[in-house]
Formats: sequence, structure tokens, C-alpha cells
Amino acid sequence: MDLYEYQARDLFESYGVPVLPGIVADTPEEVRAAAEKLGGTVVVKAQVKVGGRGKAGGVKVAHSPDEAEEAARAILGLDIKGHVVRRVMVAAGARIEREFYFSVLLDRANRSYLALASVEGGMEIEILAVEKPEALARIEIDPVAGIDSAKAVEIARAGGFPDDLIEKVAPVFERLWWVYRDEDATLVEVNPLVLTESGEIIALDGKVTIDENAGFRHESHEGLAGAADIDPLEAKAKENDLNYVKLDGQVGIIGNGAGLVMSTLDVVSYAGEKHGGVKPANFLDIGGGASAEVMAAGLDVILGDPQVKSVFVNVFGGITACDAVANGIVGALGKLGDSATKPLVVRLDGNNVDEGRRILAEAAHPLVTVVDTMDDAADKAAELANA
Amino acid sequence: MSIFLDENSVIIVQGLTGSEGTKHATRMLASGAKVVGGVNPRKAGTEVEIGGHTLPIFGTVADAMEATGANVSVIFVPPAFAKAAVVEATDAGIPLAVVITEGIPVKDSAEFWSLAKASGKTRILGPNCPGVISPGKSNAGIIPASISGAGPIGLVSKSGTLTYQMMFELRDIGFSTAIGIGGDPVIGTTHIDALEAFEADPETKAIVMIGEIGGDAEERAAEYIKANVTKPVVAYVAGFTAPEGKTMGHAGAIVSGSSGTAQAKKEALEAAGVKVGKTPSETAALMREVFAG
Repeated sequence: MDLYEYQARDLFESYGVPVLPGIVADTPEEVRAAAEKLGGTVVVKAQVKVGGRGKAGGVKVAHSPDEAEEAARAILGLDIKGHVVRRVMVAAGARIEREFYFSVLLDRANRSYLALASVEGGMEIEILAVEKPEALARIEIDPVAGIDSAKAVEIARAGGFPDDLIEKVAPVFERLWWVYRDEDATLVEVNPLVLTESGEIIALDGKVTIDENAGFRHESHEGLAGAADIDPLEAKAKENDLNYVKLDGQVGIIGNGAGLVMSTLDVVSYAGEKHGGVKPANFLDIGGGASAEVMAAGLDVILGDPQVKSVFVNVFGGITACDAVANGIVGALGKLGDSATKPLVVRLDGNNVDEGRRILAEAAHPLVTVVDTMDDAADKAAELANA
Repeated sequence: MSIFLDENSVIIVQGLTGSEGTKHATRMLASGAKVVGGVNPRKAGTEVEIGGHTLPIFGTVADAMEATGANVSVIFVPPAFAKAAVVEATDAGIPLAVVITEGIPVKDSAEFWSLAKASGKTRILGPNCPGVISPGKSNAGIIPASISGAGPIGLVSKSGTLTYQMMFELRDIGFSTAIGIGGDPVIGTTHIDALEAFEADPETKAIVMIGEIGGDAEERAAEYIKANVTKPVVAYVAGFTAPEGKTMGHAGAIVSGSSGTAQAKKEALEAAGVKVGKTPSETAALMREVFAG
């Protein structure tokens, strides 16, 4: 889960990372009040989880509360790469002398962490990495040892910081590591980290990604996901512990296991090319050991999507027994009664497949078509969605 | 031969007395795997009846290894306690630790991997994986033994159900070993580790590799294949039509920007001489061609 800048700022502050005062606001009036409270020059910054907001007009400097309010009117509601701005942060202005870069992130290839640092900040890190790779230090961080004061100095030195700056930035690097470690982050990035004219080091903008698997040991993380960000169907699926992602197409997909469901999306997309370009309506993984109840909950979510024209249930019974899946389908359709109107194409294979198919044949529900292979079933589901 | 697991594998289960541990230990035993005991510090010295077998419960992995000669541990411990369980297994120096648990924080995985690497004694498979099966010999994890029998294909996959699907499609040819490495961002055994072992295994004549969007493991595997693998490799990558920036179930399967897409992985694999199927059935057909001629 990516955090908003203001959430990252608040986290940084709680770990003693130097940040500027900042106040979040959702209306131009609140922005004016925030600017009045902060006094002097402020920066109004769009809070969106996407890069390039500055270029898109999402960051404006304001020298007075009037200007701040005006800036807020321009920024709130702005569409930045598909993300509509609903909230801004009003931050105190800073007189910047130099800009630097620092991050800690998960290095999947090496199964460890990586610290990136450069004394040459102020540009996008992707560009720096390509144009001046020698200026960007990449230091492996052992997940157990982490970043202690000696490691922090090593990183700063490798990043090209001169001695007088090393003693200022190294303690900040160490604290940013604490954020990474203690909040179960997979990314902590500060760009830019700045030196002000008065000689202070400040984290001016922050990006933090939190590992949702670690939610069980961070009660505070629950409040970080904005309810407004979540599609209502996705919220409903989450309540039932279903792994659901809403997409734009017409064929509802239910399967077991993330890989098989992803594969099902592909097969349906290919089949859709022959049937009016229909596409998958969602990703829904009911899990490797799905029960009848889970199947019913999944069907309920999918049938609640008005865009769905047909549903493809693709289950390979490994742990899951196909008879349980068949019972789940029959049970769910019985519960939904006349409100179920969309055709279901079901493909079952694996554990107890004969019994599963027998149950579906015996129920002979008019909406259900059983097809033997994944490819043929995808074709049928696409055809029905295009009917 | 087979890789990682054979008829001499002696298996213990950490979390045996939990519902998942009991269920899958029963299945492992039914398939003929030598499951000899469990580990649970609070139930040390007791016994449990599982699938007609009486299995002792040990307080630690080290005790279990000493008493039974176990060389494989399958771990079903819940996420909050999984790191401690894996660290215990690696501290005891067990040769293979199969971590089935889903939902382990990546920090915990990175930490136990770092410790296992430093000790150098333990191969970790997973986490969030279905385990490994060498049909007819042994079975450590949750891959159903009924899908396919033994044969000359080696399979390595990030995904559990796609492993089952591919084994099902190619069940008439059969498998030397099928390995689910798991879809988490940090995993103990990689595609490359499995490819290296399959290349060295005389019973494996051809390899099917299943990947999915996210990360660059498939691209790195492609480079490895080009330089080191002489056996035929057929591949499938799931997620060609996945939208960018959405996590599709597996924590690792997220596409951001242009790298990590299925198309990029397919191109890298094809450049290494690997035939890549667009669907599981097409991939199975490519493997059939390998054996046909």
C-alpha cells in the first residue's frame, strides 16, 4: 500500500526525521486557514499516489492566504494521470540551498534491501540513474543488520556527500531506516532531501510503501488506507476475505489461485478477440482451498457488478474438491433466486471432478453451462458476454 | 533421481497439530511420503494420530531431526509466528525447509533468508508456495499427488494452481519433480536454482517454467538458460492482459511501468531460445512437441 505524502510526512515526524510543518486540507477555505496558520510563503501540494504531479500543475507556491486559496481552487479536482485530487497539503515554504536523494527499498533480485543515495538531487531518480549512474550510490543493506550509524556514514560517503554534510545527513538516513524497519515498509524514499539556507537538513517530500502482510502487527496502518480509494465492490470482497480487483470488461472471472486466475484473464481476453472484443470484468481469487461459502460470496460480488454480462468460474481442484465448488455454485444460485440473471460458464478439473460435474448436471440450472476445458470455457463465456 | 526431494526424504511438519498441518500431513502420508513427526513446543512429548499413523510431537526441530533423521521440514505455522519457525529450522541446519504459509511480512522473509544464507545449510522453498513433489518418491507440501505420476519433465512455477493445471495437462508424460517456488517478493529458492538442479538431474529430460508478471526473475532466468541450460525449456507467463499498477493476488505480481510485464518476460525468454506459450494449453502443446520429436 502506497501512502500519501502527508501520511509519509507524519510518519517521518514521529521518527524524528526533520520535516516542515504541513496541514492537510480538502477545500479552498481550509487551505486559506492553513496558510494563515503557517504564515509566510507556503506550498500547496496535491495529494495523489502518482508521480509527476509538479509538471501536471499539482504543486503551487503561494505568498499569501489569498494566493493559497486560489492555488487550491486550481489543484483540487485536477486529474493527474487518472487520479483526481481530493486533498492537498499546505506546507511551510523553505529556502533551499541544495537538493539530495535518499531511499531504502526491497531488492527482490538479491533478497535483501538497497539504500540509494546521491548528493545530486533535484531530478527524477530514474533520470539520474540513467544519465549519471556514477552519482547514485547503491549500497546493499542486510535485513538483519540494517543501517547503523557506521552504515549511514558509508552510504552518505558513497553518495558523494562531503564531510561537513555527512555528519548532518547520516543521522537522518538512520532514522529513515527506522521508519522502514519498524513500519514494515518496502520503500522509503525522500526526494528531495534538502539543505536549507540556514543549514538544516529537511525531508521535503516522502514516498512510503507499506507491506500489507504486516498489518497484523500495526494497528495504526488500518487507518492509512483511505476508504475513498477503494471501489465499493472491492470493499465488499475484502469483507469476505476475497482477493478481488475490479477491471473494465464484461466477463466476470472467478478462479482459485492467483496464477490460475491471471491466466484465466489472459485466456478470456484472447477469446474475446473473436467475440466483439469483450474483456475480463475482474480478477477474483477464491484461494487454493476455497469452500462452498467462499464460492457463494465470490459469486455475490461478481453478480453485483452491473458491467458483468457473463461469468466464468474456472477451478482446478487441487486442495479444493470440485464437488465443494459445485455445491457452492448451486447453493449460491439458490440463495440468489430470481435475482441471478447472468449466464455462468463453469470449468472444473482435478480433485473429485466427476462428482462436481455430476452435481451441476443434476441441478441442471438454466443459467449454468459446464464446459470441459479452460480454452473452450473461456470462448463460451466470451460468446455469452457478447450476445 | 529427482531434485530436492526423493524416496529417502524424511519429513517433519512444523505446525502439524494445526488444521492445515493436519490436513496436508494426512495427504502427504496417503501419497506415500515419509512424514515422521511434528514440531510444537507446547505439545512436546505427545503423539497425534494422523491418517492411521501415530506421529510424535517434538519440542524443537533439532530434537525432531535427532530422533527421526528428518531432512525436510514443511512449515504451516501462521504468518505471525512463521519467521521464528523458519529460523528455528535453519538454526537446526535442516537441509530443506518448505514454507507453505501465505501472508508472511516481506521483512520477516528477508530476515530469515539472510540468516539461512549466512548459515549455508538450509535450502528454503517459499514462502507462500505449494511445496515440491517428486511423484512416486516423496511429497513435501500441498501439491496433490493424484494429478500426475513420475516422468521426465521438471516443472518450476511461481503459482500453485498453475502448477496443478500444467501437471494435469501433461500427466500422460509425467514429472521428475514439480516445484512451486511461490509468488512473494522474497523467496528462498528461485527459478534459477531449480533450473540449475534440473539441468544436473539425469532423470529430467525437459523443463517447463511458469512465471507471472512482476519483478525480473523470469528475465534473469532467461539469461541463465542461455548460458547454462542445454535441456529443452518451455515456458508460460501469466498476466499478459493484466492492467498496470494492480496487485493480482500474489504480493510479487504487480506491474509498474514497463518492466516486469508478461510481454517483456516472453521476449527475454524467447531470446534465450525458450518456447513460450500464450496459454497453459498452448504451453503443454509445445512440451508435447519436444517429446514428439
